[in-house]
Amino acid sequence: MADKHTNLIVSSAPHVCNPADTATIMRDVVIALIPALAVAIYVFGFRALLMTAVCAAACVFFEWAVRKIMGRENTIGDWSAVVTGVILAFNLPVNMPIWMAVIGCFIAIVVVKQIFGGLGQNFANPAIVGRIALFIGFATPMTTWAVTEKMSQAIINNAGVDAVTGATPLAMLNAGAAELPSNLEMFLGTINGSMGEISACALLIGGIYLVVRKVISPAIPVSFIATVAVLAAVMGYDPIFQVCAGGVMLGAIFMATDYVTSPITTKGRIIFGIGCGIFTMLIRAFASYPEGVSFAILLMNILTPHIDSITRSKLNGVPKKGGAEK
Amino acid sequence: MSSGKHLKGVHVDHQKNTAGMPIIPMPVPERVYIPMSMHIGAPCQPVVAKGDHVKVGQLIGDCDKPVSAPIHSSVSGDVEAIEQFMTQNGRVDTNIVIKTDGKQEIAETVVPPVIESREDFLKAVRASGVVGLGGATFPTSIKYNTKPGQVDTLILNGAECEPFITVDHAAMLAYAKDMVDGMRTIMKWLDIKRGVIGIESNKPDAIAKFNEVLAGDKDIEVLTLRQVYPQGAERVIIYECTGRHLIAGKLPADVGCIVSNVSSVLKLQQYLTTGMPLVSKFLTLDGNVVAKPQNVEVPIGTMICDVIEQCGGLKGEVKKIILGGPMMGRAIPRDDFAVMKGNSAILCFDETFATQRKETACINCGRCVAGCPMNLMPARLSRAFKDKDIDALREFNVMSCMDCGCCAYSCPARKQLNFEIKQAKSLVMEDDKKKKAKAEAAAAKAAAKAEAEKAKEGGSK
Repeated sequence: MADKHTNLIVSSAPHVCNPADTATIMRDVVIALIPALAVAIYVFGFRALLMTAVCAAACVFFEWAVRKIMGRENTIGDWSAVVTGVILAFNLPVNMPIWMAVIGCFIAIVVVKQIFGGLGQNFANPAIVGRIALFIGFATPMTTWAVTEKMSQAIINNAGVDAVTGATPLAMLNAGAAELPSNLEMFLGTINGSMGEISACALLIGGIYLVVRKVISPAIPVSFIATVAVLAAVMGYDPIFQVCAGGVMLGAIFMATDYVTSPITTKGRIIFGIGCGIFTMLIRAFASYPEGVSFAILLMNILTPHIDSITRSKLNGVPKKGGAEK
Repeated sequence: MSSGKHLKGVHVDHQKNTAGMPIIPMPVPERVYIPMSMHIGAPCQPVVAKGDHVKVGQLIGDCDKPVSAPIHSSVSGDVEAIEQFMTQNGRVDTNIVIKTDGKQEIAETVVPPVIESREDFLKAVRASGVVGLGGATFPTSIKYNTKPGQVDTLILNGAECEPFITVDHAAMLAYAKDMVDGMRTIMKWLDIKRGVIGIESNKPDAIAKFNEVLAGDKDIEVLTLRQVYPQGAERVIIYECTGRHLIAGKLPADVGCIVSNVSSVLKLQQYLTTGMPLVSKFLTLDGNVVAKPQNVEVPIGTMICDVIEQCGGLKGEVKKIILGGPMMGRAIPRDDFAVMKGNSAILCFDETFATQRKETACINCGRCVAGCPMNLMPARLSRAFKDKDIDALREFNVMSCMDCGCCAYSCPARKQLNFEIKQAKSLVMEDDKKKKAKAEAAAAKAAAKAEAEKAKEGGSK
């Protein structure tokens, strides 16, 4: 007999796996956020980059520190904290004091994510809760929007010649401003708002990248955005304006699609997206806040377990209830 | 006829390095070790004794139980020992050790069977020793023994969806005519109207070859399958070819189908025309430490290490050997196991391939759900398994898992989902057994009570 080989490694099949793992997925999300970051830097200047970097670093630090204190394995290698940091920064106005942003990061990573058990266990999107906490805790800085020369003439006009702060298009609409930015300006992002939200175009590029790389399925973004557009039309608003304004694009593409807090089946994801769209438009139209994306997503995050339980995938070949099985 | 709808699956890198290589017969080894259990069902008992001289194709193991398949000598030589030792399945089994004489004389019993009826045909199928050669090793004679009129479609499975393996492809190119003849014979005796040959679209030459051989045959068609793993799984290929769902616990015949692997039909046809039963297997030898990746014909019972050495050896340190494809194949702890009927590949890899990946937290991404051909929710099953929640396992149809591995393949958290589901299935089966025993005990008790009361009544009368 030939030479034997012993002590081979035994493991359960499959012995190969898809190259995508959690870290590559999260890295892809960060890559997809780069166009929006570029627009933010173009419109708001260097501080946009600074804010984003600080938030990302703070989230990674908090993730590392809290895991260390809790005596758990270090998980900063999975890039999920970076994603949370960047998305949270994108939800903030550019001239927000940095210490406040860091508090937001603390709430996102420590309170929402790690205390509930870390990645995969959080019931709500950390960045959204971070944003909402900041929005409620620091209402004024969270709604003070700097005006720069790169912005649409309508915004600068509305802010007044000498003013350094202005309103977002949604706030202008809410206040009944005479002149609103054009839809092209809304799409390109030369408008005021939270850092990463302004350019629908840049966010869309990121979204397409994620769909092409199969990181996200288009179910949630498409159903979310379509619902907003349809409801806007029904309610008598301009659908394109409503879709491009505020956090719809950022929320639909990057926050509502957070795996952990969205349903697992395609059917569930469509329900989730429609729900997000409905709540967003209800808040925009009827609530005292001009913007409702983050609240809408948070509400749907909370409903996710229930959506999951009503949209279980059915076994192939088993007839629907009432059908005769033989 | 494809229904246009498809079952889900995953895209796996094909790695068909040996594609297009012909099947070369391997030299006869010094000894073969033939296990008596190479099929699903009752193991065979040796019908030869130590010291007997055997020839190629001679019956050496048989069994009178219905679900079984006879075993024949793959070499000519002397029975050196009949011993108990472990086979590649991890079971201790009776093995017939034959020292070969190198002459490869053919046994006198190797004569084509005379078939005049369906019963003769089924008898011949059993005598051929053929089992499901795609890896399931279910005795073919049992599979073909369907109720008359029950089956309307014979599916020839040439999907070969596992990465690396190319023997079925090579066999299809070399023996397409025999396979088609085999199909016709089976269809004739089992009274099956329609034949479908399912081949994945990455083998256009095999598809062309069959179309050429069929030359417009009205009853048999070639169906091009998508390049999605697991097209070759029985339940998937049935759906792709007929649009019928085969649910767990049912047999293909229940939905009017018989699925046979291309090499099973080939070996059967060879038995019907020459009388030579199943004594050799076509194997793909590949992997990143194999010096000469190739397709070989190996006598059943040859040690895997002999196959590796005879076929060019290794060019690096082997750390993992897989029998079968990397999606469903079995990793073996050492390589002094005999080649059995169900093997289709020997893949040898070094450390870079063998490294275990670290499991991380489930991020609920849904890739396992999106990849499951059976439409299960593997992540949910994994959670239920960890909770030992048998009711939830049942509710989420754990028994419908066919262990294809799509979930674990696509999991970015590197969870061994199908391994957990496999264990979950045995939990449920154990629970079923317990419940059944309990119910039986209760029934027995009730019967005894009723009996006692009857007796009492009778006494009081």
